[in-house]
Amino acid sequence: MKKILALLLVFVLASGLAACGSAPAAPAPSSSAPAPSKDAPSAPATPADSGLIKVGIVNNPPSESGYRAANVADFEKVFNEANGYKASTFYSLKNDEQLNAAAQFITDGVDYLLISAAATDGWTNVLENAKQAGVKVFLFDRMMNVDESLFEAAVVSDMAEEGRMAVQWLIDQKLPEYNVVHIQGAMGSDAQIGRTGALDAEFEKGTMKRVIQQTATWDEATAKQIVESVINSGEKFNVIYAENDGMAKGAVAALDEAGITHGVDKEVVIMGFDCNKWALRELLAGNWNYDGQCSPFQASVIDSMIKDVEAGKTLPEKIVINEEKFFDARTITQADIDTYGLGD
Amino acid sequence: MGNGLKKFAGSQLVIPLFALFLLIVFNLIRDVEFFSLTIATNNQGNTVLSGNLISILNGASAVAILSIGMTLVTSSCKGQDISVAAGAAIAGSVFVSVLRANEITIPVIILAFLLCCAVSILFSTFNGVLVAVFKIQPMIATLILFSAGRSIAYWINGGATPTISSPLLVSIGGFIPGIPIPTPIIIMVIFLILISLVLRFTNLGLYTQVVGINEGTAHLNGINPVWIKLTAFMILGVCVATAGCITVCRIGLINHETLLLDVEMDVILAVAIGGTALSGGKFSLFGSVIGAYIIQALTVTLYAMKVPSSAVKAYKALVIIIIVLISSPVVKEHAINLRNKLFKKQVKTEISMKAS
Repeated sequence: MKKILALLLVFVLASGLAACGSAPAAPAPSSSAPAPSKDAPSAPATPADSGLIKVGIVNNPPSESGYRAANVADFEKVFNEANGYKASTFYSLKNDEQLNAAAQFITDGVDYLLISAAATDGWTNVLENAKQAGVKVFLFDRMMNVDESLFEAAVVSDMAEEGRMAVQWLIDQKLPEYNVVHIQGAMGSDAQIGRTGALDAEFEKGTMKRVIQQTATWDEATAKQIVESVINSGEKFNVIYAENDGMAKGAVAALDEAGITHGVDKEVVIMGFDCNKWALRELLAGNWNYDGQCSPFQASVIDSMIKDVEAGKTLPEKIVINEEKFFDARTITQADIDTYGLGD
Repeated sequence: MGNGLKKFAGSQLVIPLFALFLLIVFNLIRDVEFFSLTIATNNQGNTVLSGNLISILNGASAVAILSIGMTLVTSSCKGQDISVAAGAAIAGSVFVSVLRANEITIPVIILAFLLCCAVSILFSTFNGVLVAVFKIQPMIATLILFSAGRSIAYWINGGATPTISSPLLVSIGGFIPGIPIPTPIIIMVIFLILISLVLRFTNLGLYTQVVGINEGTAHLNGINPVWIKLTAFMILGVCVATAGCITVCRIGLINHETLLLDVEMDVILAVAIGGTALSGGKFSLFGSVIGAYIIQALTVTLYAMKVPSSAVKAYKALVIIIIVLISSPVVKEHAINLRNKLFKKQVKTEISMKAS
């Protein structure tokens, strides 16, 4: 009896795992054959067979975050055969695995290597090899610690700019006073440092009052508890600056329970980041005020750069700062949600 | 009366209750109105109670529910399940995907919850089989699901952070119209009563302790340790499903990466503070629940004191070290010795004073 039960469980679990293995491959077909296979030496022998540009993409896995899922989807949309590319992709959160994959792409003879590095260090050797092999390198999303001569161009996000834009928007609202509840992301992450910096500067200047500044480590429920404790303390506040959409939603849940109104022309201004579709819909409904985005859409910029290089032009800039976006509840439209919203 | 007091002093509940008492006194000294309740009208138009007391009771309900199951597992298996938070992420994801696929009505919610219980029980039975049948140490056995759980939840969600919204879900995660107490508190109380009744009117509680104290003896007395351990894990499965669903309903969103993040450690701590030995054996459900409230009270206190975010965990650790140290057997023994000495001296001095 026990044995039968155990066997049954093992079977159920095994089938569950098998399903896990296959499902994520569905939205990202290239991930099923991401590892640059060693048994494909025939591929580089015929590079010009169909006139396709061969690119190797090294990225973080889409499961990392909603941001990354959108980023991966964006690259899949641009770098495919319909647009004249033969793309191979490798996803990993680990730098050493990414390095191996990049080296393998070079051996396979790709024309371009597009990299979003898991860590900033350790890439010099691989990029030098790429240069010797005549493979042109583009960096996207994240910079790395290498000499600028080793890559063609980098399209990167500027997290600090994102924070500055949000704080500037807040200043432009010309509220009579600024009593800010600041809910931070996981301490030390790029996004947290960037989104906190500009607001901290205002706190120090004294133009805004820090009612509370507390980390909720990106967790919605923790954000709700933090806001609850502020409400219970009876302190006045009129701005909630949450460093992602989820935490803003948690904060709003606490306001709803306490009967405090929020949104356009209400008691409390709600600010979030990431531009998830559901969050933008809250903006459209006027329940939130601001949503900033660290844009995950770099593929089309790189695409036009590659086309320029192919046409023999030189690129004007080495480092391109990706254009960041934000939405104001007063001006957002359904079209914005459809174009720029992440997820569903 | 004196006898009852003595009995109470010897029970497992003394130290957690004392710690909770200290926290309450500390807060009252800091701010007399800390625990005051206010009546507010929420944005749905219901009259509700609010205040720090409600925040503590409400915020701790998920940890409290999990700690009930964890106590039983700890007692019978001499170890802890560290996959509860990851399991709750799976349960929450199942709950959300069923609700998203259907129109949200009460029967659908009940169905979604039952399905989510079934999935949770399946996963925790997997843990249970590894522990009870294959005799793998609980922490190692549950490490598998601890690391894989959130990936499985990711797969169920399809990578996104899906949202669900319905007034019915707000009733579960927030307030039922007409009842001023948050529903999670009510669910927690009902849960505790149900489990206590089960333990009181069946032999399960006794058998669990017997298995935890001495498996061989239990076996000789006709108790099957494997089934007792599996039952403990199944009950934990129900706890995990309940905690996951409550947390999802609170916000109306599931984020598989952060749902109940790091809560497994809080749950184990709640069990430890509650006076259940982490090496198994005698247990106290109420102690664990009080432990959960202590942890939440501590968190709320730190928020109210505006302790900088980077330091919260360090302060929390400091207080918890003190509580755990006070309840350690070595310190207890020293305290008893010290008391005996002091008490004797007092008696002696009294006698000598009389003599002179």
